[in-house]
Amino acid sequence: MKVGLFIPCYVDQFYPQVAVATLELLERYGCEVHYPLKQTCCGQPMANSGFASMAGGCDKNFIANFSGYEYIVCPSGSCALHIKEHLHSAEEPNAAATIRERIYELTEFITDVLKLEGVKASFPHKVGLHVSCHGQRMLHLSSMSEKVEKPFSKAEALLSTVDGLELFRTSRADECCGFGGTFCVTEEAVSVSMGNTRIKEHLANGVHYITGGDMSCLMHLEGLLKRQKIDIKVIHLAEILNTQ
Amino acid sequence: MSQPATHHNKAAAAFLKNGQRAQWHDETLWFVRAKRDKAAHQIPEWEALRNLGSQIKEHTLSNLDEYLLQFEANAKKNGIKVHWANNAAEHNQIVYEILLHHNAVNVVKSKSMLTEECGLNHYLAERKISVVDTDLGEYIVQLRNEPPSHIVLPAIHLKKEDVSNTFHKHLHTEKNNQDPVYLTRAARQVLRKKFITADAAITGVNFAVAETGGIVVCTNEGNADLGVHANKVHIACMGFEKIIPRAQDLSVFLRLLARSATGQPITTYSSHFHRPKAGQEMHIVLVNNGRTEQLGREAFRNSLKCIRCAACFNTCPVYRRSGGHSYHNSVAGPIGSILAPNLDMRKNADLPFASTLCGSCTNVCPVKINIHEQLWSWRQVLMAEGYGGSAKKASMKLMTGVLSKPAVYRLSTGMARFFMRYLPFLVNNRLNPWYKQRDMPSAPKESFKDWYKKNRNHE
Repeated sequence: MKVGLFIPCYVDQFYPQVAVATLELLERYGCEVHYPLKQTCCGQPMANSGFASMAGGCDKNFIANFSGYEYIVCPSGSCALHIKEHLHSAEEPNAAATIRERIYELTEFITDVLKLEGVKASFPHKVGLHVSCHGQRMLHLSSMSEKVEKPFSKAEALLSTVDGLELFRTSRADECCGFGGTFCVTEEAVSVSMGNTRIKEHLANGVHYITGGDMSCLMHLEGLLKRQKIDIKVIHLAEILNTQ
Repeated sequence: MSQPATHHNKAAAAFLKNGQRAQWHDETLWFVRAKRDKAAHQIPEWEALRNLGSQIKEHTLSNLDEYLLQFEANAKKNGIKVHWANNAAEHNQIVYEILLHHNAVNVVKSKSMLTEECGLNHYLAERKISVVDTDLGEYIVQLRNEPPSHIVLPAIHLKKEDVSNTFHKHLHTEKNNQDPVYLTRAARQVLRKKFITADAAITGVNFAVAETGGIVVCTNEGNADLGVHANKVHIACMGFEKIIPRAQDLSVFLRLLARSATGQPITTYSSHFHRPKAGQEMHIVLVNNGRTEQLGREAFRNSLKCIRCAACFNTCPVYRRSGGHSYHNSVAGPIGSILAPNLDMRKNADLPFASTLCGSCTNVCPVKINIHEQLWSWRQVLMAEGYGGSAKKASMKLMTGVLSKPAVYRLSTGMARFFMRYLPFLVNNRLNPWYKQRDMPSAPKESFKDWYKKNRNHE
């Protein structure tokens, strides 16, 4: 199974260990993983700022890098969603459409394509799960508290098979952390307030780690945790699932 | 076009300065959201009901002209006088002329966000006509000379001590008596007199039924009924989008509305008005005010499905932390943020950005408006129309220039330098909003790309 690894630009730069964990995890479960070296960014920061019209160059580059892979896997619901919803090309409409169909967020890929019911991993810690909005509400990686639907969670199902891991839910199960891309600086006060509410709920649960499928949410929470010298670490789902 | 209002982010930051109060606001509205969840989960067919509501509205919007005319014809048959207003100014003038004709100087009004949108109170006050808002929450904010901060819970930004102070000042209640029963009784006594001594009653409209020519007004206080029944003139003001085809459609919308709004199975009063009573005059003002323009904007037309339940307000983590006034529009919250730019792009260019695009608004919407997608689409329109400013555009151009050229990107990325400089959420300049309350992520020894080249390169 030939997989193109799509690593969000800020993960490449700030959280390489998340990308390494994703790569190793996929390899462990039998995938032939390639990381196309000329990839840059999906273009979401521009598009969400209202400049989707400028994202053509990013789209073109993405198509050049990822055409031909059977699957494209990304350890971020948000970036995967952007490609799924907004990758377009006037010159290569078919190539863009194929990529839109073949892109997967990591836990979605593990659950729906590899069809793993569990992982061989061990993480004997108290962990809180941060549900990222794009993964949940748009990629439907878990049920949503607003909807009258059967409860499920692809991330929780995987985490429940990790040895020793104790998972804690927060009272507002799926409230946004307030990152929101450029929102986190343009609406700094609201963004910080939202992040602090999430942290407060995880603190009340006494967790040692906050995990999630999107490093961008976790980067925002980490910034707040470090500044307030709170002893909770953030860790991407891939890192937990890849522990031996 | 007017000038931009105070940017949402500034107003929100000011709101959050009082941390305790902001937390209380957040928790109070979250409580309403939780009540809504409970009510929705008691109906197994809730999602099907939302679908049905959405489809009825879809059909209605596609035939809006016909249903409006059908409504007008049937209302006239019932003896109601029907008026058409193309904009806020026409609406206000029509209402004024009706009042003038009856020599009405004291008017009682039950909740109508449309009259807020049109600035009716102010317009009439300038012409020596006094309007009293009779919904308790609206009465409180009116005494304080403030606009409502929420379309269903107009005074939700206030605590009981604020109400106590306001009533002490205006109604001469005991100083510092914060007992809700005492305070509501005081308001009730004043309002009873207003109902009886008024010359005319204005109401809003929740639903206007095309096949019957009647209207339905939903309240929890019965103030619409009191006003209408105690007065000789009833003026009901409605936006075009309030129309529904059939009376039976109410069986869908009345179930959706109160559950979504407050978690009640139904509002205490669902008052049906079909014709004037003997000796009374009943008027309905049908208002466009930009609605046909919104209908013509393909990406935004279904925002006209809105039944003003405010579920999207209550669930919105941004609204709960910034308060309704920060939206500087009669309708705040996520729905207000997609309605407001249609009325005035320059003034409201900030509102579609007052969101993380988390999508919770779309999930609670009883008529399934794709609110978060429209917020995204408005951002595209506003930037294309030049409301982002040249600096923002230039920095975006620079960023896309680098990100679309892998060779340039590689040159720029030594030790995360590029990101520190250009990625908008990590912009490392002297203002650096990220760093104000958050630490920067620590730069690792090598990027993943460098690691990969050393450890795995297949190329």
